[in-house]
Amino acid sequence: MTRLIVVRLLFGALTLWAVSLVVFAATQALPGDAAQMILGRDATPQRVEALRDQLNLHEPVAVQYLQWLQGILQGDLGTSYSNRMPVDEVLASPVGSSLALMGLAALVATPVALAVGAFSALRRDRAFDHASSLGTLVVASIPEFVVGILLILLLGPGGFDLLPSVYSRVGGPDQWVLPVLTLAFAVAPPIVRMMRATMIEVLESEYVQQARLKGLDERTVLWRHAAPNAIGPVAQVVALQLAWLAGGVVAVEFLFNFPGVGKILMDAIENRDVPLIQAVVLLIAGVYILVNLLADVIGLAANPKVRVANR
Amino acid sequence: MTRDKAKDTAGGDTVLAVDGLTVIGRPSDVEIISGVSVSVRRGEILGLVGESGSGKTTLGLSLLAHCKRATQISAGTVEVAGKDLASLSERGVRELRGRAVAYIPQSPASALNPALRLRTQLGEALHDASLSAADADARVREVLREVALPDDDAFLTRYPHQLSGGQQQRVAIAMAFVGRPDVIVLDEPTTGLDVTTQAHVLETIRRMTREYGTAGVYISHDMAVVADLADEVAVMYRGELVERGRTDAVLTSPEHDYTRRLLRAVPLLRTDGHGGGGEPEEEPLLRVSGLSAGYGRTRVLEGIDVSVSRGECVALLGESGSGKTTLSRSVAGLHHQFTGEVLFDGGPLAPSSYRRTAEQRRRVQYVFQNPYEALNPRKRVRDQILGPYRHLVGRPEDPDAVVAGALERAALSASYADRFPEQLSGGERQRVCIARAVATRPDLLVCDEITSALDVSVQAEIVRLLQNLQEDGMALLFVTHNIALVSNIAQRVAVLNRGRIVEYGPVGRVMSAPEHEYTRALIADTPDFRPALAETAD
Repeated sequence: MTRLIVVRLLFGALTLWAVSLVVFAATQALPGDAAQMILGRDATPQRVEALRDQLNLHEPVAVQYLQWLQGILQGDLGTSYSNRMPVDEVLASPVGSSLALMGLAALVATPVALAVGAFSALRRDRAFDHASSLGTLVVASIPEFVVGILLILLLGPGGFDLLPSVYSRVGGPDQWVLPVLTLAFAVAPPIVRMMRATMIEVLESEYVQQARLKGLDERTVLWRHAAPNAIGPVAQVVALQLAWLAGGVVAVEFLFNFPGVGKILMDAIENRDVPLIQAVVLLIAGVYILVNLLADVIGLAANPKVRVANR
Repeated sequence: MTRDKAKDTAGGDTVLAVDGLTVIGRPSDVEIISGVSVSVRRGEILGLVGESGSGKTTLGLSLLAHCKRATQISAGTVEVAGKDLASLSERGVRELRGRAVAYIPQSPASALNPALRLRTQLGEALHDASLSAADADARVREVLREVALPDDDAFLTRYPHQLSGGQQQRVAIAMAFVGRPDVIVLDEPTTGLDVTTQAHVLETIRRMTREYGTAGVYISHDMAVVADLADEVAVMYRGELVERGRTDAVLTSPEHDYTRRLLRAVPLLRTDGHGGGGEPEEEPLLRVSGLSAGYGRTRVLEGIDVSVSRGECVALLGESGSGKTTLSRSVAGLHHQFTGEVLFDGGPLAPSSYRRTAEQRRRVQYVFQNPYEALNPRKRVRDQILGPYRHLVGRPEDPDAVVAGALERAALSASYADRFPEQLSGGERQRVCIARAVATRPDLLVCDEITSALDVSVQAEIVRLLQNLQEDGMALLFVTHNIALVSNIAQRVAVLNRGRIVEYGPVGRVMSAPEHEYTRALIADTPDFRPALAETAD
């Protein structure tokens, strides 16, 4: 199994490298000149030239890429163009906030979605099952920012006025509720559906029937016999959804004016702050790859064939 | 159908008594089994025989008060050791399961939980709290020894996928016997096992029921196995019990038509072969010489020489893993990692079907083992048959005539053309597969275990169909693990063991005077079924 994990890790690194290539190419393709953008319209040509030298903009693209890559490998993400601070310092606090937001959303959404899915499977074709399938279908078909707006209209100052709808520096912890809820609603539906489908398959399997015929009580049947076999397939979907969070957080942060990487990314794109854009996109890709890797490991660990064969 | 009920109630040691049991489907209210009454005494085995769909598995499960989804017991009683399961609460039933009545499933590969160690799965069958952990562990080991499995820790920490098919079935048997049940229900527990393993498993079941004084209910579609094992036989047909009696009485003088049909369907182990079987002609249709094949570095076949003449049927006999399917796939061009020569009608066949001409592919057709997977579920029978025809022969002038002709050769009426596979029974599906294969008028038909997924009664019909095709001049390469089938269809037989042909000759000679030890063992392990009826019938 260790060998399999190492192989996946290598593939993850390879993917990250490919992403770095794409990100670099994309930022190069942006129209306009970075030096010009930084200095503004009334900069003298001499100053622009000097800055271009300083930023190595005269070098061939390949050399620029290698210098950038070398910097990243040494932990140096470069300097932000717009406020002249090292990128890692600019990112430190928003990354923390965003990770907290994503983590909270995952913590809320995953267990609830798994429970709803499993319960739907147990109550197959009854009222609860129908209600949850309809609900997940509706929520899944609405974009997450619309879900956010609906939540604001319902629970925000315009509706029941229970929760603040915009994040501010002076607000209390209740201002986290709406962004977390919005993200949770966005990730939950596919998890519910997959859990339901997998559980139904497992519950109809012969080994579950055999466990019942052995006279085991229903709780043992569910937790000992059904659940371990449902984990593998569901973990994949959970991971996909949580990985989606890394990118999906951008629009939701923008909606709630939440000071996370999403907002930083928006600003950076506006200011053509190339090193910052590159760092944020790489970071999102990194989270994506890491979560998927984790799902693979869980999937492998849940499968005794793999677990035993490579020990 | 209750002719010896008086006798049963007289015997004081009846542990299973089913009376007027009816199970209906919901919401249609169709009776799946209706008014079934049986009883079994301690230490005896009741053979419950019938074709698929006859309700025998439904009956078997209702003995544990278990109903599949959308079915329910609507009338009747199931008394196990004096308690009526049908009237007990869910909790009460749960307490009896495993202790009073246990179940051995058809396919242990899917009935053992892949995610749990054997220790857990065996131990939890002893779920009543009266045993201490140490006693339960000792009991598990004891029962493992009784079914001739290792009882050490290393074995107990294994997962089901680390066992062979035979070992898995033994574990399932141990799991059922570990709680010392009064009644044990066995649902076709040897389907999917090769004859040698089947013989061992049947022997274990017989010994265990005697030693434990357990009443067994053995569900099967195979009269030969039941005749070998059961003390009493009950025959089910379309949800009803049509005949019941002591095994020898039912075998020698069956009363119901359906029972007679079942008995006739069992292939006889020894026949004289089918006409000729003499020396093969000088230029056979198919000649395989010096063929060796494998997957990657694993060698599966070594130095195979086989030939098939026109209008002849050659059987390839072997157990699972002997390489017989690889050989037939090589002939058909589906497996191309092989060396050696395959001559068809004098010309060499390329290893890969991609390199064969359309004409060569038309003349060699293949029928697959499992008709449930070999037909595209979204296409009508008509399109399934026309597909290969259009590809290999060309656009037919009269497609309906092609389809009708092919169906007729497979003994199906032309009205089947508009059906989808899900509207067909297993036997009908396999006929459609055969129709698809013969539509292009091939000279050689490769049949890969084509009856192993089917009931014995359906199998007999398919064998008859193949004999007719053969009389029309078609050559058959018939792959099977069932030695009894060989006598009924083939002229010559090649016995495969571990990738080599250990015996090759006319069927009559091989069956009556096998030369190789392996062939002798195979024949000895097959239940030799020779009811008086079969000799007097027809």
